[in-house]
Amino acid sequence: MIGGLFIYNHKGEVLISRIYRDDIGRNAVDAFRVNVIHARQQVRSPVTNIARTSFFHIKRSNIWLAAVTKQNVNAAMVFEFLYKMCDVMTAYFGKISEENIKNNFVLIYELLDEILDFGYPQNSESGALKTFITQQGIKGQHQTKEEQSQITSQVTGQIGWRREGIKYRRNELFLDVLESVNLLMSPQGQVLSAHVSGRVVMKSYLSGMPECKFGMNDKIVIDKQGKSGGTEDSGKSSGKQSIAIDDCTFHQCVRLSKFDSERSISFIPPDGEFELLRYRTTKDIILPFRVIPLVREVGRTKLEVKVVIKSNFKPSLLAQKIEVRIPTPLNTSGVQVICMKGKAKYKASENAIVWKIKRMAGMKESQISAEIELLPTTDKKKWTRPPISMNFEVPFAPSGLKVRYLKVFESKLNYSDHDVIKWVRYIGRSGIYETRC
Amino acid sequence: MTDSKYFTTTKKGEIFELKAELNSDKKEKKKEAVKKVIASMTVGKDVSALFPDVVNCMQTDNLELKKLVYLYLMNYAKSQPDMAIMAVNTFVKDCEDPNPLIRALAVRTMGCIRVDKITEYLCEPLRKCLKDEDPYVRKTAAVCVAKLHDINAQLVEDQGFLDTLKDLISDSNPMVVANAVAALSEIAESHPNSNLLDLNPQTINKLLTALNECTEWGQIFILDCLANYTPRDDRESQSICERVTPRLSHANSAVVLSAVKVLMKFMEMLPKDLDYYGTLLKKLAPPLVTLLSAEPELQYVALRNINLIVQKRPEILKHEMKVFFVKYNDPIYVKLEKLDIMIRLASQANIAQVLAELKEYATEVDVDFVRKAVRAIGRCAIKVEQSAERCVSTLLDLIQTKVNYVVQEAIVVIKDIFRKYPNKYESVIATLCENLDSLDEPEARAAMIWIVGEYAERIDNADELLESFLEGFHDESTQVQLQLLTAIVKLFLKKPTETQELVQQVLSLATQDSDNPDLRDRGYIYWRLLSTDPVAAKEVVLAEKPLISEETDLIEPTLLEELICHIGTLASVYHKPPSAFVEGSRGVQHKRLPARAGSGESTDSPDVSQSVGGATEAAPTVIPSQGDLLGDLLNLDLAPPAAGPTVPPSMQLGAMDLLGGGLDSLMGDDSEAMGAGLGSTPAVMPTSLGAPPVVGGGLGDLFDLGGSVGMPAGAYVPPKSVWLPAMKAKGLEISGTFARRSGVIQMELSLTNKAMSVMTDFAIQFNRNSFGLAPAGPLQVLTPLSPNQTIEVSLPLSTSGPVMKMEPLNNLQVAVKNNIDVFYFSCQYPISLLFVEDGKMERQVFLATWKDIPNDNEAQFVIKDCHLNSDAASSKLQGSNIFTIAKRTVDNQDMLYQSIKLTNGIWVLTELRVQGGNPSYTDLELSVKCRASEVSQFVYQCYELVLKN
Repeated sequence: MIGGLFIYNHKGEVLISRIYRDDIGRNAVDAFRVNVIHARQQVRSPVTNIARTSFFHIKRSNIWLAAVTKQNVNAAMVFEFLYKMCDVMTAYFGKISEENIKNNFVLIYELLDEILDFGYPQNSESGALKTFITQQGIKGQHQTKEEQSQITSQVTGQIGWRREGIKYRRNELFLDVLESVNLLMSPQGQVLSAHVSGRVVMKSYLSGMPECKFGMNDKIVIDKQGKSGGTEDSGKSSGKQSIAIDDCTFHQCVRLSKFDSERSISFIPPDGEFELLRYRTTKDIILPFRVIPLVREVGRTKLEVKVVIKSNFKPSLLAQKIEVRIPTPLNTSGVQVICMKGKAKYKASENAIVWKIKRMAGMKESQISAEIELLPTTDKKKWTRPPISMNFEVPFAPSGLKVRYLKVFESKLNYSDHDVIKWVRYIGRSGIYETRC
Repeated sequence: MTDSKYFTTTKKGEIFELKAELNSDKKEKKKEAVKKVIASMTVGKDVSALFPDVVNCMQTDNLELKKLVYLYLMNYAKSQPDMAIMAVNTFVKDCEDPNPLIRALAVRTMGCIRVDKITEYLCEPLRKCLKDEDPYVRKTAAVCVAKLHDINAQLVEDQGFLDTLKDLISDSNPMVVANAVAALSEIAESHPNSNLLDLNPQTINKLLTALNECTEWGQIFILDCLANYTPRDDRESQSICERVTPRLSHANSAVVLSAVKVLMKFMEMLPKDLDYYGTLLKKLAPPLVTLLSAEPELQYVALRNINLIVQKRPEILKHEMKVFFVKYNDPIYVKLEKLDIMIRLASQANIAQVLAELKEYATEVDVDFVRKAVRAIGRCAIKVEQSAERCVSTLLDLIQTKVNYVVQEAIVVIKDIFRKYPNKYESVIATLCENLDSLDEPEARAAMIWIVGEYAERIDNADELLESFLEGFHDESTQVQLQLLTAIVKLFLKKPTETQELVQQVLSLATQDSDNPDLRDRGYIYWRLLSTDPVAAKEVVLAEKPLISEETDLIEPTLLEELICHIGTLASVYHKPPSAFVEGSRGVQHKRLPARAGSGESTDSPDVSQSVGGATEAAPTVIPSQGDLLGDLLNLDLAPPAAGPTVPPSMQLGAMDLLGGGLDSLMGDDSEAMGAGLGSTPAVMPTSLGAPPVVGGGLGDLFDLGGSVGMPAGAYVPPKSVWLPAMKAKGLEISGTFARRSGVIQMELSLTNKAMSVMTDFAIQFNRNSFGLAPAGPLQVLTPLSPNQTIEVSLPLSTSGPVMKMEPLNNLQVAVKNNIDVFYFSCQYPISLLFVEDGKMERQVFLATWKDIPNDNEAQFVIKDCHLNSDAASSKLQGSNIFTIAKRTVDNQDMLYQSIKLTNGIWVLTELRVQGGNPSYTDLELSVKCRASEVSQFVYQCYELVLKN
């Protein structure tokens, strides 16, 4: 199991060091600094073995988090733990920065003592932790016995993510379907790979221990219903609207065995915001934009670039925050840009022309052309053109996912599904959206 | 509130100030001071001097302060054990606190204080906490048992904590179950044979129930534990699989990977014709693909695991090629791993896409990545025959880019393509020759020279090309020199008339002016071959080359099986068994996949035999595998073996590289004839040079081996036992024994190659040991060890090596290196190895010495069931250099007084009592006296060994 956990700043100074196992000495702290943080080369692996000791590290802005072990630990678990640890810290004091860590080092030690025991990760849900580890010291002594046992049963219990006795005057929930659409396209417009990775984030403000059921236009479910309904008509119409989900993963509150057998998503939600599910689709993706590049080399010292973008969705919808990034060679000496819409600038430090458009409706087209002057170089190596990348945000789900229902049942309290106010929002963003040129 | 100010105090006299503050009456000030202490501790300053003052702050009702003091205690208690005792009372009191959080905190902290006296006090509170009414306390206590076990295993067993822990598996709270499972698994790992984790269908059922209810981490503990279970039959296996599959949709990647591990392992038992088997295969693909959208570090872990899964069950991901396409922004470690998997998944169906991608990658920035991409194109050509032509043209395109390292890498892979498809793509040679001048890396130069030599008859100016390399012959690396030598000889055999001068030149360069024994040896052999029998030379040098197989870097099957059992763990990331990087007893246990259930045997056997057959048919691979990134990291603490002080390790290379593989078959068939020819007629050698001793000696030794192994000797030699199983050493099995023959200590080894590829470059090194045993010469393995071949080697040992006391005394840690890796094992030698020939003591001296050694140093042993009389025993022992000084008979009992001298000058005196008259009483009594009493036990073992064999 995890033998020790260290946090360093960008210079390699230790900010936090907690050792859990006897086989890890203090020299491990220095070994990592010398061999990884101060190493001249770029990091070639997130797992490093130095003198039979293994170091797992992740970086958050310029903070290094390293877990150390001498055993054959579950490597996936160690990384998941490190991410979780970042989540917990963020939930407590916001951004992970040197200043925040120094300001909260007592709290961090307290958390580390709680969420990792002898190197075994324990309950690390920040919601549960906040019930007994607070920034104002520990509540501990002022609690009643009932409160204490409630805390411990929540921390260890079956529903570790929610406490009993939550009450709201207004029962309300928000569902955000957030998708990032990824594309790699060849210069000729052939889709090399495309997939959507999506998340359904839920914010719940519900009283009691509500039992929820979530439904979406999952092809498997719809087809099943279509069959049981028996009418061909419904099968056809649903066939259009349903989507094939390659795979999905759920928050730990979802009953996985029920999903496995019936494909129904039922759960008791944590209070507040959480990520209900993640999913991935690869079929029938609506690609919101198409990028058509045209690069021409005029002699050895000049490049002509023309890029057309076409929006491909309902004209009534508006895409926002559109940004097209056209890479330029390292030996660029000057750039002239002309664009019909938005603003374009050559950023020498980033070796790219950045073209920004605030808003763009569906089924439109826009164009930029640029002349790039090059310095003559002796470098024999040809400039390898990195792909043109794009960022945007659209108000629909490129995968075609639709929320069909979210039913809430709370048998003990007197509110019904109809009394709950529900909000649904769809946001599609660009993931890695690239077109080779 | 900002705590960062505590990090800034760096002035002198700080300790005194802190001391004063710690003893302050004001609570706030105290707390501030403790915070400062912790901050200093974090930075690595030694604040242990404040121990008593900090511990004094422990008696407080402020929980935050208490936790800080505990943190300090955990860090420094070990260095101040006596003072740590002061804390015990508070701990014991806290364990009784009404607040469960405080009870748990106390028991959690106490377990982290590794001071014997404190652990004694821990037992009672721990016992109570294990049965606490509050689950939070119980789950903490469960982990505490593992902590205590790590400090004092005996104590845990004596106190019966293990049974309590086992009971907790049936606890009503899922988190308690999960922690109990984690603790038990860890304890069981250090007791490989104990039946601690007694997994039976009932407990499995309990675990599967808890699996649905506990936290994500608990699920990991339980799944990892489940993976160690072997179901009784395929039906049980299937029902467990059915209950584990829902975990594949968990958001935590570690839960998913651990579930994959259980499924991969249990699937092994399912008959392949079962519908469920197919369903399961289909269910595995999506979650594995989903892992690739995790954070990059997890992607890396996932990819290393997918690499294993693809080798074990390629059918799972065969349609998922696209997801392994490299993204521009992937970190380099993800890119390299994806590339590896792409090559493994490449098939005729997807080769066009793969090639287009690879070509794209070959223009990227990272040099390592680009090289690997170019190499990958070559591997595709070799793997998918239909694509070879396209690959070659892609490579030619890349050569046109003139990017130096791309060109060089391309030439290296084109050489392999030539090997695989002879006489097909030679038209490109002209293009290759154009780039001759830009090659500056040895591997590329060697590849180019090989191509020129191999196709000398089609290259008009082959002689000129090779001659141009010859100019700087001595500045070239060995690899290039050897290749150049062979290439020129090939050229000579093909065009003898024009190149006589050239071959003379290279032979003299290789034999006269070179210090490299490999090169000289090869030079001599060519020279002799050419001067005695050019026809034979032609047969040898221009021999048909064995085919090369497409799959390289395949993990050896037994290792792969073991690694599949370790999916998700570090072993699967390093692609090494845990024993390679974990110290001590943990992880030494080898895990294996379960055998398929009997019912399914007949149906799936064709498939299995096919894959096995394929593996054995496959000729040894020639493509050099790129050293894996982590490969050598683990060897940091052990430098490459300096086998002998005088002979360079490359010596071993000599014979094996001799004729570039062509000799393999020759050696196998006619080794005797060849040996006789070479050994008996040294006169054939160019006389002007004189007989270089290296060659003669080297070959002589080779043929001596057979003789020396069976040499008769007086001393008892135990039969060989397996020291290094093939599973642990990528297919190399080493068994061996020790012998002392006429005063020379020898380690007799049998090296067996159970892997699929040839092993070469053997070397050996010992760790420091009790008697300074060290190899007296290099490990003489002069021929490459082909698959399924066993070689017997005898390694003379000296006792002049560095000395370090070992536990046990006769333990010897050995490192053996070959071209694949370095392997470590340890073995024990009978101490009789060290009994020297002049160990007979004068009678008077014996008497005096006997009296001189204090009686405390005398050890008594009984050798049971030995049917020897005193004379027979005496003569038997004499063979092992145990000398009888005197014999006395009292009451029908023979007493033999014997002396032994060890190589390091230690004398051992013994008295052996043999019942003379009574044949039914067969026990011998042995008293051993020695100044170094530690050896007595081992001397006794030798007596027993010698007398009973």
